[in-house]
Amino acid sequence: MSEIIKEIEKLQLRDDIPDFRPGDTLRIMVKIVEGGKERLQAFEGIVISRQGTGVRETFTIRKVSHGVGVERIFPVHSPRIAEYKVLARGDVRRAKLYYLRQRRGKAARVKTKREVRNQNDN
Amino acid sequence: MGKGLIGKKLGMTQVFKDDGTLVPVTVIQAGPNVVVQKKTEETDGYNALQLGFEDKKEFRTNKPLKGHFKRAGVSPKKHLVEFRDFPEDLKEGDEITVDIFAEGELVDVTGTSKGKGFAGTIKRHNFARGPMSHGSKSHRIPGSIGAVNAARVFKGQKMAGRMGNERVTVQNLEIVKIDKEKNLILVKGAVPGVRNSIVYIKEAVKA
Repeated sequence: MSEIIKEIEKLQLRDDIPDFRPGDTLRIMVKIVEGGKERLQAFEGIVISRQGTGVRETFTIRKVSHGVGVERIFPVHSPRIAEYKVLARGDVRRAKLYYLRQRRGKAARVKTKREVRNQNDN
Repeated sequence: MGKGLIGKKLGMTQVFKDDGTLVPVTVIQAGPNVVVQKKTEETDGYNALQLGFEDKKEFRTNKPLKGHFKRAGVSPKKHLVEFRDFPEDLKEGDEITVDIFAEGELVDVTGTSKGKGFAGTIKRHNFARGPMSHGSKSHRIPGSIGAVNAARVFKGQKMAGRMGNERVTVQNLEIVKIDKEKNLILVKGAVPGVRNSIVYIKEAVKA
């Protein structure tokens, strides 16, 4: 890739993204424009996948709302996400948690990790 | 016709717009170009500007071209392209930068498409494929190429052959961003050609 393109991509990266992985429970505040007015809407769920690198990196976040599974895909560096909050660390063995789609109720939970993760251990 | 620039396709990436949408863009190193020759109605029968892009070594320039560049007072250039009826009034030797375009403007981009080699009718002309099973053997064959009583194949009959490596223009691409310092233009979507190939950016004909 050309250096110029790398620079263009670098300019758009956010540096306030917390470390989060598939399995983690996240609450994000999404900027929504409604009738010309901007407001924040929270979306809380389990990260089931994270893919791509640089500006193209996206993550899929899933929650069950009124018995209906809702998944949203966001670019990690999207300026529309006002705030990230990691609520819980998940203890999972795979990178893509698509198996959660087949499960419902108690089976669709993810174990939470007990020990505090080392900040440098990324 | 109208205003235009010679540029170099650097590659593609994605950028966030102000409203937060992620758009795919092609990064083009556009210029700076110089005016090498100014053609006018009186002398040449039509109005045009001949632009040059990218320096070339003196010893690689032949004598007639050296004279041509010397007349305009510019260093030898690799690429020379004429743009008819350029709206701006410029002299020979003047520099043209990305300033002539604005963000949000629509442009047409011309380049040489990637060569695909010898391609069949499905890839080259979007023909339909035959059945893959149930005893069929006509998987990717072109089918009939004409009636028997014509006793010949008509000119222009779509067949397999060399594909790509030809001049292609993509119309109405939006300029997402302009970097005046680095002379970059970011247009929305794809542009014909391989990376580092020469492309011509012109104001949109149909805008």
